[in-house]
Amino acid sequence: MDLLRFITCGSVDDGKSTLIGRLLYDSDAVSLDVLAALEEQNRTSAAGTVDLALLTDGLRAEREQGITIDVAHKYFTTARRKFIITDTPGHVQYTRNMVTGASNADLAIVLVDARQGVVEQTRRHSLVAALLGIRHFVLAVNKIDLVGYSEQVFRDIVADYAAVADQLGIRQVTNIPLSALNGDNVVKASANLPWYQGPNLLAHLETVDVAREASTDAGRFQVQYVIRPQTAELPDYRGYAGRIQSGVYRAGDRVVVLPAGIETTLEAIEINQQPVEAAVAPQAVVLRLTDDVDVSRGDTIVPLTQAPEPRRELEATLCWMDERPLRPGRKLLVQHHAAKTRALVQAIVSKTNVQTLEQQDADEARLNDIVRVRLKTAAPLAADAYRDNRTTGAFILLDEQTGATLAAGLIEQTALAEPEFEI
Amino acid sequence: MPTLPKLDYLDRLEAEAIHILREVAGQFQRPALLFSGGKDSIALVHLARKAFRPGKFPFPLVHIDTGHNFPEVLQFRDELAAELGEQLIVRRVEDTIKQRGLREPGGKFPSRNALQTYTLLDTIEEFGFDACIGGARRDEEKARAKERIFSVRDEFGQWDPRRQRPELWNIYNGQIQLGENVRAFPISNWTELDVWNYIQREHIPLPSIYFAHERRCVVLPSGQLLAVTEHLTLDATDELTTRQVRFRTVGDATCTAAVESDADTLEAIIEDIVQAKVSERGATRLDDKISETGMEDRKRNGYF
Repeated sequence: MDLLRFITCGSVDDGKSTLIGRLLYDSDAVSLDVLAALEEQNRTSAAGTVDLALLTDGLRAEREQGITIDVAHKYFTTARRKFIITDTPGHVQYTRNMVTGASNADLAIVLVDARQGVVEQTRRHSLVAALLGIRHFVLAVNKIDLVGYSEQVFRDIVADYAAVADQLGIRQVTNIPLSALNGDNVVKASANLPWYQGPNLLAHLETVDVAREASTDAGRFQVQYVIRPQTAELPDYRGYAGRIQSGVYRAGDRVVVLPAGIETTLEAIEINQQPVEAAVAPQAVVLRLTDDVDVSRGDTIVPLTQAPEPRRELEATLCWMDERPLRPGRKLLVQHHAAKTRALVQAIVSKTNVQTLEQQDADEARLNDIVRVRLKTAAPLAADAYRDNRTTGAFILLDEQTGATLAAGLIEQTALAEPEFEI
Repeated sequence: MPTLPKLDYLDRLEAEAIHILREVAGQFQRPALLFSGGKDSIALVHLARKAFRPGKFPFPLVHIDTGHNFPEVLQFRDELAAELGEQLIVRRVEDTIKQRGLREPGGKFPSRNALQTYTLLDTIEEFGFDACIGGARRDEEKARAKERIFSVRDEFGQWDPRRQRPELWNIYNGQIQLGENVRAFPISNWTELDVWNYIQREHIPLPSIYFAHERRCVVLPSGQLLAVTEHLTLDATDELTTRQVRFRTVGDATCTAAVESDADTLEAIIEDIVQAKVSERGATRLDDKISETGMEDRKRNGYF
């Protein structure tokens, strides 16, 4: 059985939590005691019906305010797939949590209220999801019951969203009309929507193909931890423990250790202390090298033929997540998975206007802004462009003093483009 | 060309957990693995073997002993630590109660569950632990569903859900200030059933109380069964019974209910769970029913 990770996003009150509640409820993932607790809560509240949003809105403040503050994770399994749902907040001030959810998802369900159509948050969330590399989108036109199950309303929203998707380069959109509250078209087809011939939401989630072919990606591996038993039986054992970030590794491969640039050979790949001939992303492995070279945490070991050039200058897109605005000249920590180094923000190049989705001039980044920056790092990073590699193209920025996570970073290119001709 | 391994969802969950354990080892000076003797922490120990062998674990196992544990679990704990050859640190709630002059919880079914927070925080301070690895899962409870994999706690051990760091991709931010520490949850994304399937696949031994056995129990007004132990004060009105039971979670004997079951093998237990209509915490935990936000309140105060 395989695994699908998806996010739900949309504006406040579009009914995301209700939709997830419906998926869990109708696929029998909600157990009796949780339902009993729900019904108890509903007896004490004003509304008469079971409020499915209570299945995901777990924190007290969320229930009091009837909104989702934080990323919530939910799990369910059908006969065909195991699902991890990340429910992300609709409020503008929590957009950073949406970025968090999108960073680990393969598919995004973009919820739109049939009465409202495509709004600013629809654009913003679609932009974030597309930016973070999600390739598969579902446009869920919710509350279709409140517009009389109108096909015309659905078609108009689909057309509006197609324009947004087109602008963002989103190619895979599946459009589904539904009512999370009533259950229309969530896990079963609805008699109220005779004009809709496509799959219901769950049927689509169970069958959509999001798999990547590991063997076509460049091999990437970063050392997380060095295993050195130094025992009588294993006095000289040195194993480089880490996770294959992308691609395939084979015992006997010629490899290079970056950023030092030392060439050597993979003597062995070990999983659970057993040698294996080959390993693929995302397996956790131990690599052993034939030569006694100096390798430590944060170093990258890659097949010689697929090595990236370590760079100290990066151009990147940031999703800024801190109250205090970012201005050029600020020093921060950059964490590129197991590698950590200091960085200087040399310039803020531009900012994305989430209304028009166009680039505009900017000299600072405020909370929830998406900006293009140039960074210079203290140590070289063996990184890739995010569009080529969703793992090694990603980093986070930390506050040097507090350690707080300030931004999600996506590498556009690892060095400024060289002019083709000397002028 | 060798054929490439095909990974199923358990392989992916395992790889994610090993990656997280190694990040803890790589980012912290003094980590610890909180070991309860329950199946989740036993699975963690198994994952730690896969992450760090043939080396030693880069952390000790720490057990916060409430004094209300099942003897089978304590014996299992000691045997496992001996077999591993790793350091086991045990700190007792009993001692914290004496040292701090705390009041023993009263009532018929006294639970030291809340008090273990004090012992845990004292232990963190005593050894200067900067990261504690735990076996909590997001599917256990609604407040847990919002927990990060690396969860930063302030110097009072408190969890503030509004100030959680965004956790992006699989990049885990363990950068903390003096006095802060991190709780790390490698099996956050596993469900109860995933853990059982993994235990079966990997042939991981468990304490005997997880399997069906005959036990003297008291029937609670809710209909739940509680093992008769010396920690309970029973009186003539209590309904006692001997039933075939097993435990789905292994917490304190005073607040972990038994479920009636004939499942005496892993296959049978998994079958039971697939059929189960009552969620894990609901079936077995008495302490979450105290209030609707029981878990959230305890987490804010430093509970795991």
